[in-house]
Amino acid sequence: MTASETDRAIDAVWRIESARLIAGLARIVRDVGTAEDLAQDALVAALEQWPREGIPGNPGAWLMAVAKRRAIDLLRRRQRLERKVEELGHELEIDGEGAAAGVEAAFDDDIEDDLLRLVFTACHPVLSAQARVALTLRMLGGLKTEEIARAFLVPESTVAQRVVRAKRTLAEARVPFEVPQGADRADRLSSVLEVIYLVFNEGYSATAGDDWMRPALCEDALRLGRVLAELMPEEPEVHGLVALMEIQASRSAARTGPSGEPVLLLDQDRARWDRLLIRRGLAALQRAEALGGDLGPYGLQAAIAACHARAHTPEETDWMRIAALYEALAGLVPSAVVELNRAVALSMAFGPATGLRLVDELAAEPSLKDYHLLPSVRGDLLAKLGRLDEAHAEFERAASLTRNGRERTLLLDRAAACAPAAGPGPLPDPRP
Amino acid sequence: MTMRYILLLKTEENSALGAPPKELMDAIAKHGEEMTKAGVLLDTGGLAPSATGARIRLSGGKVTTTDGPFTETKELIASYALVQVKSKEEAVELAARFLRLHQEHWAGWEGESEVRKLLGPEDFALGFGQD
Repeated sequence: MTASETDRAIDAVWRIESARLIAGLARIVRDVGTAEDLAQDALVAALEQWPREGIPGNPGAWLMAVAKRRAIDLLRRRQRLERKVEELGHELEIDGEGAAAGVEAAFDDDIEDDLLRLVFTACHPVLSAQARVALTLRMLGGLKTEEIARAFLVPESTVAQRVVRAKRTLAEARVPFEVPQGADRADRLSSVLEVIYLVFNEGYSATAGDDWMRPALCEDALRLGRVLAELMPEEPEVHGLVALMEIQASRSAARTGPSGEPVLLLDQDRARWDRLLIRRGLAALQRAEALGGDLGPYGLQAAIAACHARAHTPEETDWMRIAALYEALAGLVPSAVVELNRAVALSMAFGPATGLRLVDELAAEPSLKDYHLLPSVRGDLLAKLGRLDEAHAEFERAASLTRNGRERTLLLDRAAACAPAAGPGPLPDPRP
Repeated sequence: MTMRYILLLKTEENSALGAPPKELMDAIAKHGEEMTKAGVLLDTGGLAPSATGARIRLSGGKVTTTDGPFTETKELIASYALVQVKSKEEAVELAARFLRLHQEHWAGWEGESEVRKLLGPEDFALGFGQD
């Protein structure tokens, strides 16, 4: 095996093991920052030894053993081992016969609970959204600092600083390593879901830069979402979020044209939608619904995405149901963006004039002042009504507001197409 | 960029070892659960003995069907797992873990796992055969 092959093999093991390693360590040392440092130490040991001695027969177990040893050493240095074993023994109802054995036992126990604790700690509201994203991708996604930096188009040093500061903030705020219970739980869970969806969305429709999508980020978010769904099978909104991401990701290949330009939902070649992801998404939505109660914001968005996924042609789309789902969504999380999407659905169900009335009401909405999809939708409806001069102006305005290069080109094309001879074009991706 | 790989487990059919031990089946179930919990397992399935299958062949301008079992074949696909991972090495490590379970729980068993990448959009963009 060459050095670079060994490195790639170590990367692979790290990707598979790191979250469990960090979670298990955090339970022992009660601090995710220290836990992550210890896990990194084990990684460094692998990077030093494996190229020389070959990759061990069971690399995961090797990393775990080294990490445990480091944790025990650390506790011993801190002279806290005896007390820790006493605590753990109490918690786990085991006899602390031999301190190290006690820690080892604790390590193997309830690793899933530890993972959940890690999720909730990394996404703690005491941290900024950016810090939560960086910590989550690093500790749970197994991404390296440079990979996070590349994904978010920021310098590596910025991400490194964010991680260091986040760890310090958690330590200083004495954030407990635990899964919140009671009234706190719902809030904290929505903070976790927000982080995952933020990562997904950043990949799905890049807010800046030249690429329309950064698929790697979508995949990372999906992986995190799938993990969370298995860790919290009783939470409908977790399945709702996973359903939403699976279905949206199913369209990835169809969302981009040959030269990287965006292709809108109703223009997409549905044969290129990924059937496996659609199937998984619909199954996740079913799990959310089966848990009973009304769907939450993610579940409702997933239900909307499912309406599109179930339609074999754009004409088969159940726009009435989509409009009703947007209304329910607006009831839960009132927002002008949701209203805008509802206007699109209404226009598809009842004609462009109905949609335009609602869009015109939204025109005065301060929160949409610089939102490029408002003039974009308005331009589309005007074009359908044959008011091409107005449509042209709206598309130009939309183009001036977007920060995504690919999208700007698309909007300028549509503006140009609003010459009097041009026919009506498609609607924008009706997605909140 | 993540990729999908199919991990095929191949083994001799009707081997003298008989049915797989319960410990192995339990370990496989746990392994599948762990891969699901790690967010990498998309789909999985076991294949019934080849006696329940058929081979359909085009040769010499004729389509012919032969029912199983395929006694002349040494190694047949016994199960598959479809995973989504970031590298071939990650898929290889998952396949190796699966074999280690057999090693641990089924003395004398031999077989192989074949790891094959599914073509993704990236392959169509680049043209086939590039790595």
